[in-house]
Amino acid sequence: MKIRAQIGMVLNLDKCIGCHTCSVTCKNVWTNREGVEYAWFNNVETKPGIGYPRDWENQKRWNGGWKRKKNGKIEPKMGAKWRILANIFANPDLPEIDDYYEPFTFDYEHLHNAKESKAVPTARPRSLVSGERIEKIEWGPNWEEILGGEFEKRSADANFEGVQKDIYGQFENTFMMYLPRLCEHCLNPACVAVCPSGAIYKREEDGIVLIDQDKCRGWRMCVSGCPYKKIYYNWSSGKSEKCIFCYPRIEAGQPTVCSETCVGRIRYLGVLLYDADRIEAAAATPDEQDLYQAQLDIFLDPNDPAVIAQARADGVPEAWLEAARHSPVWKMAMEWKVAFPLHPEYRTLPMVWYVPPLSPIQSAAAAGKMGVDGDMPDVRSLRIPLRYLANLLTAGKEEPVALALERMLAMRSYMRAKTVDGRIDERIAAKVGLSGAAVEDMYHVMAIANYEDRFVIPTAHREWTEDAYDLRGSCGFSFGNGCSGGETDTNLFATRPARKPSNPMEIA
Amino acid sequence: MSATMNSVLFGWYPYLCLTVFLLGSLLRFDREQYTWKTGSSQLLRRRQLRWGSNLFHVGILLIFAGHCVGLLTPIWVFDALGIGHGFKQGLAIVVGGVAGIVCFVGISLLAHRRLLDPRIRATSSFGDTAILLILWLQLVLGLSTIVVSLGHMDGHEMVKFMNWAQGILTLQPLAAAYVADVHPIFKAHLLLGMTIFLVFPFTRLVHVWSAPVWYLARPGYQVVRTRFADRRPVGMPRPVYPKRQPAE
Repeated sequence: MKIRAQIGMVLNLDKCIGCHTCSVTCKNVWTNREGVEYAWFNNVETKPGIGYPRDWENQKRWNGGWKRKKNGKIEPKMGAKWRILANIFANPDLPEIDDYYEPFTFDYEHLHNAKESKAVPTARPRSLVSGERIEKIEWGPNWEEILGGEFEKRSADANFEGVQKDIYGQFENTFMMYLPRLCEHCLNPACVAVCPSGAIYKREEDGIVLIDQDKCRGWRMCVSGCPYKKIYYNWSSGKSEKCIFCYPRIEAGQPTVCSETCVGRIRYLGVLLYDADRIEAAAATPDEQDLYQAQLDIFLDPNDPAVIAQARADGVPEAWLEAARHSPVWKMAMEWKVAFPLHPEYRTLPMVWYVPPLSPIQSAAAAGKMGVDGDMPDVRSLRIPLRYLANLLTAGKEEPVALALERMLAMRSYMRAKTVDGRIDERIAAKVGLSGAAVEDMYHVMAIANYEDRFVIPTAHREWTEDAYDLRGSCGFSFGNGCSGGETDTNLFATRPARKPSNPMEIA
Repeated sequence: MSATMNSVLFGWYPYLCLTVFLLGSLLRFDREQYTWKTGSSQLLRRRQLRWGSNLFHVGILLIFAGHCVGLLTPIWVFDALGIGHGFKQGLAIVVGGVAGIVCFVGISLLAHRRLLDPRIRATSSFGDTAILLILWLQLVLGLSTIVVSLGHMDGHEMVKFMNWAQGILTLQPLAAAYVADVHPIFKAHLLLGMTIFLVFPFTRLVHVWSAPVWYLARPGYQVVRTRFADRRPVGMPRPVYPKRQPAE
C-alpha cells in the first residue's frame, strides 16, 4: 500500500445555474493570452449537446483515454508507444481549431472611427488567428447554450446511447442540464501516458496534473490522449496548456478561482486519500460498469487508524490527514454516494466528481400516470432520463445514480418534514439507507454549503521543498528565465514577437 | 574560385557552422527551453499536413541517415566489405533519389500550405518560413546533383566528398582541397547544407535534438513528481518512490 493524498473536486449539478462565472473568471486569470483565446480550462456545456470541442465524448472518433487489452493490461486508446511515435509527424487524432471554434474579436475601433454615414456603423467579427474578416460566425465555445440549435444536431450527444432519444426531441419531453467541465486531474491520466517528452506529470503531494512548459516540445499527443479534451495546444507558444487547478492558490489553502467565484456554491474541494499501488488494477477492471466501484475501492478511510499510520509513513502531512477527515469530497463520494466520476469508462480514474441533477417530474407523472413511491416520486419518472445520467457518470449503470437521486429527494422530504411539519422522520432517511443525522449533515454540506464546509484545503508545505532564503526578492511566477520575461526585443531564439493586446480601452 | 576562397568556404566555414550549431543549441537549451519546440501548426489547419508532414519527415530522415552513412563511413570500410565505389554511388542515387522525391512532394505541400493558407501564413515567424524555403532549395539542389552524378558513375567524385567530410571532422587542415574542382551545383549544395547547420539553433529545427525516442524506453506510462525529495522535517521518514507508477 502506498498512500497518496489528492485534492479532489465535486460539482453539485443540482445547483448549477449555468451562469458561466467559473468559465469567465478562469479565462480572465489563466487564458486571456494569444494562442489560447480558444481555450477554456473551465467551460460550461448545456446537455444534451455535442459539447466543446465538438463531439468530445465520441472516443471512436478521437481515441482518447485508455483501452483494456485482451491480456488484461491497459494501454492508451491511441495505441502503444510505438504507434504514438509513428504518428508523431501528423497526429491523426488531433482536433482542428474549428472543432473548438475559431477565436474572434470584433472591429470595435470602427465604432469610434467610422466616418459619418447613413447606416449605423457596426463592429464586424475578425479572426484572432489570421486577422482576416469572418463573415459569419458559425460556431463558438457555448453554441448550444440552453439547447441552442436543432435537436437533430445536439442529439449526436454520446450520452444518448441506450436512450430512445427521438422522444426527447419533442418539445414537451425536452430536458436539459448544465455540465461545467475542467481537467479531471485523473489518478490514471492518459495525457501523461501519451506525452512522448515526459513533460506532463502528476504531483505526488496533491495530485495536480501539470505540464512542464520548459519540457513540452509540442508533440501534441496529449491533446488527443485526454478523453475530456482538456489539454489545449497553444498555437502561439507551441506548447500544450491545461487547467492547473489554480495550484498557487491551492498551495496557499485557497480554493480554485472557478470554485471561489461560483455563485451557485456548487463546487467542493477536499482531500481524498488513495492507494497508489491499486491504480493500475482499478483502471484495468474488466467491466466498464464496475469502474466506478473500482475507483471507490482505492479511496481510503481517513478515520481508519491503519490508514493514518501508513499515510504518515508515506509522508502525508498531518494537516492533510486532518483535512481528509473533514473532506466534503469524501462525504459526497464515499459516505453518501451522491457524487460520481465523469465518464469512468475512459479508465482515467478522474478526480473531479459530479452530483447528478434532479429534474422536474414529467407531466405524465404529475397527472398520476407514473409511479410515485410514497412521499417521493420515482426517480425514473424525472425529466432527465436516468440512463442519460448513468451514461455520463457510471458508464451506464443506473442503480448508483438512482440511489443518489433518491437520497437527494429524501433529504428534501426529511428537511421539509422537519422544518415545515415540525417532525423528525427517521423513516425517510432509513428508506434510502441513511440516518437522520447523516441527512442533516448532507443538508448542511449540500444545501447550506457554507464556505468552510465546501473548501477544506490544507496548505502545502513549501518549507519542505524550497529554501525560503533563496526565494527572497525573486520573481515568483514568470515565463522564462527567472526575472526575465522569457523574451527580449533582440532575442536571437525568440519566436514571433507576441502581438500587443488591443482592446477598445487602449485606442488612443 | 580561387584557392583562398575555396579554403575559406570549405575549410573554415564548416567549423564556424559546426561551432554555432553545437554551442548555439547548447545555449538555447540552457537558456531558452520555453522556445524549444516543434512549432506544430496542425491545430490550425489539418489539410495538407497529414501528407505533407509525413512525406517530408520520412524523406528527410532517410536522406539525413543516407548522408551520415554515405559521407562519414571511412572508405576502407566499404573497400573491406567489397562494396565498389561505383555501386555505392548508384545506391546513393537510387535511395537518395527516391527519398528526395518523397521529401520534395512533402515539403512542397508544406511550403504551399505555409505561404498560402491565411492562418498558417499569419502565424508563421520569419524563421519558420525561411527555414522551410531553405530546406526546399537545398532539396532541389540535392536532387539536381543527381543529374550531374549520372555523368560520372564510377564514384570518384563521391569519394571526394567523403574525403572532404571526413577530413573536416578529423581536423585535417587541407580538407577543402578535396572539393576544389567539383561541379558548382555540388558546391552550392555543400554551402547551403553548412548554412543550415549555422542557422539550426535559431530555428524550430532544434526539435530534432529532442526526437522523443526515449519514450519507448520509459518504464510504464505514468510520471509522478515529488517536491518533498530532500527537505523533510527532522524525524519524518523519507518515503521510497517506486519508479514504475502506476500503469504498465
